[in-house]
Amino acid sequence: MTAFLWLTMVTAIRILSRNRLRAGLTMLGIVIGVGAVIAMVSIGEGAKAAVAKRVASMGTNVIIILPGSMTTGGVRGGHGGAVTLTTADAVDLKKRIPLLSETAWAKREVMQIVNGNKNWSGMVNGISPSYLTIRDWSYTSGGPFTQQDMDTAARVALVGQTVVENLFEAGEEPVGAVIRIKNIPFRVVGVLAPKGQSSQGTDQDDIIFIPFSTAERKVLGTYFLGSVGALFASTERPDDLARAEDQIREALRLRHRLLPNQDDDFFIRTQVDIGKVQEGTSETLTIMLFAIASVSLLVGGIGIMNILLVSVTERTREIGVRMAVGAKRRHILMQFLIEAVTLSVVGGSIGILVGILGAQVTTAVVGWPTIISSDIVAAAFAFSVAVGLFFGLYPANKASRLKPIDALRYE
Amino acid sequence: MSALIQCEDLWKIYRLGDVEVQALRGLNLSIEQGEFVAIMGASGSGKSTLMNILGCLDQPTTGRYQLNGIDVAGLRSDQLADIRNRQIGFVFQSFNLIPRTSALENAQLPLFYRGMPLREQRAMATEALKRVGLQGREGHYPTQLSGGQQQRVAIARALVTSPSLLLADEPTGNLDTQSSQEIMAILDRLNKEQGITIILVTHETDIAAYAEREVVIKDGRVLTDRLTHSGVSIGQTEA
Repeated sequence: MTAFLWLTMVTAIRILSRNRLRAGLTMLGIVIGVGAVIAMVSIGEGAKAAVAKRVASMGTNVIIILPGSMTTGGVRGGHGGAVTLTTADAVDLKKRIPLLSETAWAKREVMQIVNGNKNWSGMVNGISPSYLTIRDWSYTSGGPFTQQDMDTAARVALVGQTVVENLFEAGEEPVGAVIRIKNIPFRVVGVLAPKGQSSQGTDQDDIIFIPFSTAERKVLGTYFLGSVGALFASTERPDDLARAEDQIREALRLRHRLLPNQDDDFFIRTQVDIGKVQEGTSETLTIMLFAIASVSLLVGGIGIMNILLVSVTERTREIGVRMAVGAKRRHILMQFLIEAVTLSVVGGSIGILVGILGAQVTTAVVGWPTIISSDIVAAAFAFSVAVGLFFGLYPANKASRLKPIDALRYE
Repeated sequence: MSALIQCEDLWKIYRLGDVEVQALRGLNLSIEQGEFVAIMGASGSGKSTLMNILGCLDQPTTGRYQLNGIDVAGLRSDQLADIRNRQIGFVFQSFNLIPRTSALENAQLPLFYRGMPLREQRAMATEALKRVGLQGREGHYPTQLSGGQQQRVAIARALVTSPSLLLADEPTGNLDTQSSQEIMAILDRLNKEQGITIILVTHETDIAAYAEREVVIKDGRVLTDRLTHSGVSIGQTEA
């Protein structure tokens, strides 16, 4: 049986190589179909990974709590319009909810920053030190400011990469330098490691951090002491995010003395919400890919079926001779099936190569990141085999059902 | 000893649209192991139909056909394929070699369908080609061989399985006189030296003369049946 399979395969390849142009054109449908799928999935996976990286750059398992909207004389402000959250809220949440590994608070404003004869307009954030942990910032030089800096409202600052580029000469060491914010001198104690674009597309490196206490008292000003722009919290595990969100809502409603018929005076966002948007996008992409793959593989399969039907007719006498010397129906069936699968598998393999090449060319030319997963390559290969078997079955069956005497007489 | 071939009251009826064609009409024939029989007859006499039935390529409508004691009528297509593979060798008028396939691989073909290991297939096919005088031409393709050589490859393919019966349907019909004589000499030798039963269909009397027995078919029945050299009639003469 193995000798039979082996020789049949060799025969199939020889028969197909008799007419290379025809075999090539037949395979083209499969090549294009598989190639397109591999290339597009690689690009899609690359895009997905890039977005996931951006979301992760926000820090892991982060919950953001923004003040709610304020209604003044019937005019409703947007989220963050009201000032309802305080540093005390953050401290209290940490105390009450064990799920939360850390809480932090911040307020921010765009301000003019000066270093020597250079100036730059940057986002100045007054933050609690825990914010740096939650958002997962690291440093290229220097380090974070401390709780003591916070307590003493020290004039120290951390600067992002974009700020460094615009405020310092190339090669100048920012750590230790004194910059001015609103004409108040600040000593730079650390340079933040770059994070790139956020998932919303803003530059996360165009940023300056100063202690919250300093910001509130000396730089940004405040409505009342302890009012914050936003609260942040983190959990140990991503699975806890939803539960933590519910507990935070409950605790804050209690603290803010909201009646059951009153709306929240705050707004909670988690990474889960952000992830949902992405999932929706990639689902659409997957459905589209599936549609393209189905159509092209269908067309490719019909091409294979068509050429095999021609082949069965052309080789009717040969089939008759094979039957006369003892070929059984299953031998003839196998021969044509193997020819079909050979066509589709060779086509599929070329398609896989074309797809990988296409993905790499895309990365090189357009600069999109691509990821070639072995899963999709394996799936494409399996699909090629399946297409060959499915579309080869009808012609092969037709050949095997010929009567030897009719096949031999065929002119 | 029972006969190799035993046909009793064979009928073959075709339907071509509304017309019913009776190709065989109650034919009786018995052939012993080791005979060399020529079957002759005009076209439309039913001799091709008879050959197809004897070769297990076709089934009679009614009647009994026993080959080596096995009743062939009613066997399934796979069983018929087995009988063709093991007991019967075919030589056709138009050679019917597989195109673009070497002489050796053509001769291997019946063994291939037997599922024999490749090495044995090659050895036996090489031996068969040697027996028809084609040693050294194993790698040649049909297009690189003359008609006579192609027919010899076909004979090698037929005898590679050491069949008990060799059916030759107008084996010299497409060949010149010289090649025809060579082919007939090979068949004659196979019959004389190895005792292979040969049934030869032809309409050329000089080719038929190689056989020991001549059966003439007419209108689907045996018209005459005689030993060619002695002229003695065998069995009944119908019609």
